[in-house]
Amino acid sequence: MSLVSIRDVRKSFGPNEVLKGVSLDIAKGDVVAIIGRSGSGKSTLLRCINGLETYQSGSIVADGIEVAGANTNLRELRRHVGMVFQQFNLFPHLTAAENVMLAPTVVNKVSKAEARATAAEVLAKVGLSEKMDAYPSELSGGQQQRVAIARSLAMRPKVLLCDEITSALDPELVNEVLRVVEQLAREGMTLILVTHEMRFARDVGTKLVFMHHGKVHEEGVPKEVFAAPRTPELQQFVGQVG
Amino acid sequence: MSYKLQFAELLPYWNVLLYGLVFTIVLTIVSTVVGIAVGTAGAAARTFGPGWLGRIVAVYVELIRNTPFIVQLFFIFFGLPALGLKLSETTAAFLAMVINLGAYSTEIIRAGIEAVPKGHIEAGLSLAMSKWEVLRHIVLNQAFRKIYPALSSQIIIVMLGSAVVSQISAEDLTYAANYIASRNFRNFEVYLLVALAYLLLAMLTRSLLRALGRVIFKAR
Repeated sequence: MSLVSIRDVRKSFGPNEVLKGVSLDIAKGDVVAIIGRSGSGKSTLLRCINGLETYQSGSIVADGIEVAGANTNLRELRRHVGMVFQQFNLFPHLTAAENVMLAPTVVNKVSKAEARATAAEVLAKVGLSEKMDAYPSELSGGQQQRVAIARSLAMRPKVLLCDEITSALDPELVNEVLRVVEQLAREGMTLILVTHEMRFARDVGTKLVFMHHGKVHEEGVPKEVFAAPRTPELQQFVGQVG
Repeated sequence: MSYKLQFAELLPYWNVLLYGLVFTIVLTIVSTVVGIAVGTAGAAARTFGPGWLGRIVAVYVELIRNTPFIVQLFFIFFGLPALGLKLSETTAAFLAMVINLGAYSTEIIRAGIEAVPKGHIEAGLSLAMSKWEVLRHIVLNQAFRKIYPALSSQIIIVMLGSAVVSQISAEDLTYAANYIASRNFRNFEVYLLVALAYLLLAMLTRSLLRALGRVIFKAR
């Protein structure tokens, strides 16, 4: 059974239909790279999966929970579906460790000591043990993004949504973040990434999704799709960005 | 131009002045604390609450911000008894001050809340926090940090504006001045002294608030 199942999802912002019937199945352990031009609906799709955006029709079931159901407890859903953003969105008034500890203490009612132990563990995983007590303003973009990843991991999500998480970084900082994501992929974390890092999508992804005009235009095994894109749109896209 | 200052004539009234000074200080502290609590609730309702509640708060804010304080005070003290609500001068003064600062601080705090990046709210929600948990743990701290100087100024304005409560015989510093002047007719001395007292009080409040801000928002 798939961990995330997306069925014919349609979403409009006013008269502008951004998702025109998207269907996608994501199994446990999949590393899905969603690529496409800006405006093709990639980020909107991702944001629909954890309920940050609503959709007008179709269905998304994540970890057995229907996202847009009438009685859906979005809180319960989001405990299992983490998200990392392009702009990091660390809370500036809290240290790295406090950023990581906040949700476990507030949402899961874990003790401060236990939360701090978890924070130490996940910050070590992203290579930032020595920055636990630093404030976001004292960290580089790459470090901030790694704290943001650690913050999501502290909730032990079953799926991690990554929305262009390297797009706001200076080029020399991109790799330190990608290495962390690659490590997560190797450990079996289910990842859905909207990304412009084509090489990463090809080398780390288990599934490639090319979105075009609000639809899944082409999907498959990344290496195969990149080697032989079937549609002219993807051929052109790969030619431009690769 | 040969007026001789006679401050000594104020001496017998030192206890009246002291009482007035303490009254003004307590009035300011209480209305600041309660008024900001009201303002925080109002701002939260307008930004995170249901639409109908936000509209009620908006009406309250506009009503208070677009009418003179003295009229609000008179309405509470002289007007409300017609509805059977009779308040003492002191209660009416405190209530009017809280209602007034509550409205102004609602707007100030709301501006702070709206200045918090939307991404921070989404990040909190994505971590399975509820709207109210996001407001409490992520938004308010940042909001207050941003608007603290504006809020400090408003507290001083309210403190100085509290002089108006003397008009319903609430026994504040200005009331003390009126009282003394009407007895010894040393208007010049007494109002000069009281003006100085307000000046000192305002400057002291400002530095206190600044120091307090440094302690509360020391991080970063």
